[in-house]
Amino acid sequence: MATVSLTVNGKVMSAEASADTLLVNFIRENLGMTGTHVGCDTSQCGACVVMVNGDSVKSCTMLAVQAEGTEVTTVEGLASNGDLHPMQQAFHDNHALQCGYCTPGMLISSIDLVTKNPNATEAEIRHGLEGNLCRCTGYHNIVKAVQAGAAEMKG
Amino acid sequence: MSEFNYAMASSADDASTQVKGTGDGSLIAGGMTLIPSIKLGLATPTDLIDLAGAGLSGISVEGTTVTIGAMTRHVDVASSKEVVNAVPALSGMASGIGDPQVRNRGTIGGSVANNDPAADYPAACLGLGATIQTNDREISADDFFTGLFTTALKEGEVITSVGFPIPERAAYVKFPNPASRYALVGVFVSDGPMGIRVAVTGAGINGVYRESSFESALSGAWESATLDGVKADESSMASDIHAAADYRAHLVGEIARRAVAASV
Amino acid sequence: MPDGNTGIGAAVKRKEDGRFLTGKGRFTDDINRPNQTFAYFLRSSVAHANIKNVDTSAALTAEGVVAVYTNGDMEGVGGVPCGWGLTFQNGDPMVEPVHPILAAGKVRHVGDPIAVVIAETKKQAKAAAALIKIDLEDLPAVVNMTNAVEGGTLVHEEAANNICYDWAIGDKDEVDKVFDGADHVTSIEIINNRLIPNAIEPRVAIGDYDAVSQKYTLYTSTQSPHVIRLLMGAFVLQIPEHKLRVVAPDVGGGFGSKTFHYAEEAMVTWAAGHLGRPVKWTAERSESFVSDAHGRDHVTTAELALSKDGKFLALREKTYANMGAYLSTFGPAIATYLHSTLLAGVYTTPLIYSNIIAVFTNTVAVDAYRGAGRPEATYILERLVDRAARELGIDQVEIRRKNFIPPDAFPYQTPVALEYDSGDYEATLASALEGADVDGFEARKSKAAKNGKLRGVGYSTYVEACGAAPSAVAGALGARAGLYESANVRVHPTGSVTVFTGSHSHGQGHETAFAQLVSEQIGVDIDSVEIAHGDTDQVQFGMGTYASRSLAVGGSAIVKALDKIIDKSKKIAAHIMEAAESDIEFEDGTFKVAGTDKSMGFGEVALAAYVPHNYPLDVLEPGLEESAFYDPANFTYPAGCHICEVEIDPTTGVVEIVNFTAADDPGIVINPIIVEGQIHGGVAQGIGQALLEGCVYDDNGQLITGTYMDYTMPRADDLPSYVVSTESSRCTHNPLGVKGVGEVGTIGATPAVINAIVDALSELGVTDMPMPATPQTVWRAIQEAS
Repeated sequence: MATVSLTVNGKVMSAEASADTLLVNFIRENLGMTGTHVGCDTSQCGACVVMVNGDSVKSCTMLAVQAEGTEVTTVEGLASNGDLHPMQQAFHDNHALQCGYCTPGMLISSIDLVTKNPNATEAEIRHGLEGNLCRCTGYHNIVKAVQAGAAEMKG
Repeated sequence: MSEFNYAMASSADDASTQVKGTGDGSLIAGGMTLIPSIKLGLATPTDLIDLAGAGLSGISVEGTTVTIGAMTRHVDVASSKEVVNAVPALSGMASGIGDPQVRNRGTIGGSVANNDPAADYPAACLGLGATIQTNDREISADDFFTGLFTTALKEGEVITSVGFPIPERAAYVKFPNPASRYALVGVFVSDGPMGIRVAVTGAGINGVYRESSFESALSGAWESATLDGVKADESSMASDIHAAADYRAHLVGEIARRAVAASV
Repeated sequence: MPDGNTGIGAAVKRKEDGRFLTGKGRFTDDINRPNQTFAYFLRSSVAHANIKNVDTSAALTAEGVVAVYTNGDMEGVGGVPCGWGLTFQNGDPMVEPVHPILAAGKVRHVGDPIAVVIAETKKQAKAAAALIKIDLEDLPAVVNMTNAVEGGTLVHEEAANNICYDWAIGDKDEVDKVFDGADHVTSIEIINNRLIPNAIEPRVAIGDYDAVSQKYTLYTSTQSPHVIRLLMGAFVLQIPEHKLRVVAPDVGGGFGSKTFHYAEEAMVTWAAGHLGRPVKWTAERSESFVSDAHGRDHVTTAELALSKDGKFLALREKTYANMGAYLSTFGPAIATYLHSTLLAGVYTTPLIYSNIIAVFTNTVAVDAYRGAGRPEATYILERLVDRAARELGIDQVEIRRKNFIPPDAFPYQTPVALEYDSGDYEATLASALEGADVDGFEARKSKAAKNGKLRGVGYSTYVEACGAAPSAVAGALGARAGLYESANVRVHPTGSVTVFTGSHSHGQGHETAFAQLVSEQIGVDIDSVEIAHGDTDQVQFGMGTYASRSLAVGGSAIVKALDKIIDKSKKIAAHIMEAAESDIEFEDGTFKVAGTDKSMGFGEVALAAYVPHNYPLDVLEPGLEESAFYDPANFTYPAGCHICEVEIDPTTGVVEIVNFTAADDPGIVINPIIVEGQIHGGVAQGIGQALLEGCVYDDNGQLITGTYMDYTMPRADDLPSYVVSTESSRCTHNPLGVKGVGEVGTIGATPAVINAIVDALSELGVTDMPMPATPQTVWRAIQEAS
């Protein structure tokens, strides 16, 4: 067991974890934040995507010990003072979620995508969401939401 | 997941020393293949020695070579202005590896050392005639990739960087597996100081390889028409539910042709 | 209706979004019970074998292990029941083998659970499972249905030739006679490819037992909590309903696959009682692939008899339907009740004969997956129509129009049991033709050809029977349960409302759409309405959510209960305003005395019901709460037209969907945003079946497509944006006029895609295209044609 300390959504947190603890399990079980989900075991579905030091990563494919000292943002950290992040709002406005299971990862990936490519085309958005599976929406409204969220984030 | 010990290495030599001192330890770079393998029980290392703190990332262009540190992430290669200017085929290749989250963690060293038969970097290394620098020696790409998931690396040997000779023109075209998005067939072509090269990933029964028949043809005329209708030897092609050997053999020709057409 | 219109037809943004957007959804895996243990199932790695011995001794002594169970430990526990019984053509009952919770004597598919380890941690349970020694005697696996019925090894001793049932509908002799005399017969061989539903939330079940109250609780990711309570309580564990609570909290997608009662649910519940500690099981995705029921998997020969001018005269088909190794909850119903009955489609075909042979194989059980039988039927029909038009040289639109059931023919009795109540197939066809810009197709095709690409356009005009019901019809066709729905509307003293519904939302937006019904009818804002579902201790009873039934059946129950609320409220208002009940008018949330300026708000009436100081206590009870059960008179019949345009790279076989248009008639639309979302999602899965998804077993029964590395899930860049429109015609027999929309996408889209591919490749001589039409498959079809 090692003590893993990291900053999650702006708060310094630490907990004991064995070396084989995945970051996603550390977040869900050790830190008790269940917004981040697990949907597969081969690193494809993207339900577990969180931001680590400003980059979206699959938290099921990273060890908790590798996140030592990093800044992590999960879905719980996107809204501030009760105001939804523009991407969250865009997902709501465009009905970009149905069951909500893929949504946390989809949001983080979308934010990373448009932060790095604020003028992403529809094709770039579709390609940029390659690492996130949604079984409900057929992606149509997710793409619309990402476009709307991007416009709002540019201000 | 199987239990293992975890330690951070401070340098390539330190990593080498540490991993040699373990029972059945493994180096970990980005972990994009290793961690899923451990999760599914396909790998059961006793120890993981993490290279993240070994100071092995960075990109430099000096003279006729682009040198990329082993721990440089795909996203950094994809977005590096120096790489884009020197070898756009290489940055383009990096921008198509896996998905954005894989590119945010995965590294060149990890990909090259793993030598997955459907990975992209081995094709780039072989297709550009790269030199793999380890903590111990230099290995040419032609000697480095020795078969499925196997390389010339010795026990405890650590890749520190990969040097790519800058070609006159090159391109990488990938035809993805519809499910995994790994290369069903990926072809890296180049014309430069290392001669004319056509490296194929995803298709060969022994992993990445050079398609010498295409290379000879292209040495006559570097144009896509040279490869019209050519195909690879079906008997050396991998076969699975996504592509039987005949389809792969056909695709190798077609994707190589497209790569030549796209080369800059 | 209140300001800002939150009633029927309003494009209200979803109420449930908030928690999902902020990570506060409560899925089953987010629940942890005090003193909880973890279960890990040791599953068969081979498809067919006798179990000689299972040695659990090493596992029992492993660190953290609380218990290890095999079948022998579970005396008195019943098998997983099947909810649907069918008969052979001669009236004999179908063969219905026992489906034990843990394998008994034999394993019958890869993934069949042999033992369960329960330990203090998930890791310990999994590690201990690896210590169990299993001695298996391999048997030949039966994978292919043709082999299965022709002397293959028996999956179950009692099922001769591995046949579960051989069932038929229609008059074979009459149909054959028409075929003998027909001008033209179009034939086709169809494989409806096996699909794996793949809701992104893997299944989870937590069993809990309270020794004080002697009560069990099962938290489970299900679409139908009451059905699970009934099946598991009555048939598997013999726990009476009042001692068993089933909770289905937020559920991450289902698509049918979470409707059924699964062995793991019974196992954790039983073990919790046995151990006196909660037991939690969370499926790993690799486990989901071999334990969630699969969908489709029909092999069909079908023929259509036509006059020379393209009028359909008769249709006959023989379908082999794969049941897998065991009968899942609704397995036997899919190919019959939901498939054969739909073979008339939107057409006037007067005679139909359908013969279904259900077959056991050493594969995962097959059951309802979004569409469930109706995509299979529609695919057969629309491929036949497409091919017939080509063979007879008739335009694809014309042949459909020529055979449409006309709008004035409703109610329309089909030759396969169903009576369609309403529809306007020309309206959705016209809308789709416009949306798809079919007129501009030839120009686009020529342009594509200049780039070496082949363009094609494909049509599908479909009907679906949904809102699974009515109980009497379902019963006559083999259902062992009723198919009604229930609602309880509880008006609180201040006028806010809680609706308890037996439907279950796992993405469909009930918390919004059902609230809109309340808003429409009693004039309160949707923010004053809460929809409670998914807990058998809260909700009276319910049949759950599947077959696009929630609004048509569950919504109608809510409307009925609201009608009772209004009736009672009028009586209260009449008393307080000293008027005759017949003079009370209710509009926009206000009770008025006709012809006067006297009025009372709904909230005031509610308060009076709970503070009955001035109240007709002699004739009315206090309080304002009403229940209703709704058993519909008929199915509902959404219909529509989907048009797909593809562009194919003949060199690689890659198919790109360049245009997808869906014009659907879902009946009256309650919330257009949700309706469109349902269409989008269904279309994506329909395209998935056509282009991407295919479950593959090898000859030994090993699942080749056992992870996302090999099973192609549709991704954002595989799919286009869709052009979607609705043309509503009212359902005539439910109070809302609604039909349903959950499955239209998977029913309508798939044939449109394949017909488009065949159209694009027809100039090369290609006449058929297996699914999924992967690049390799398309390339090979081109090679073989040329």
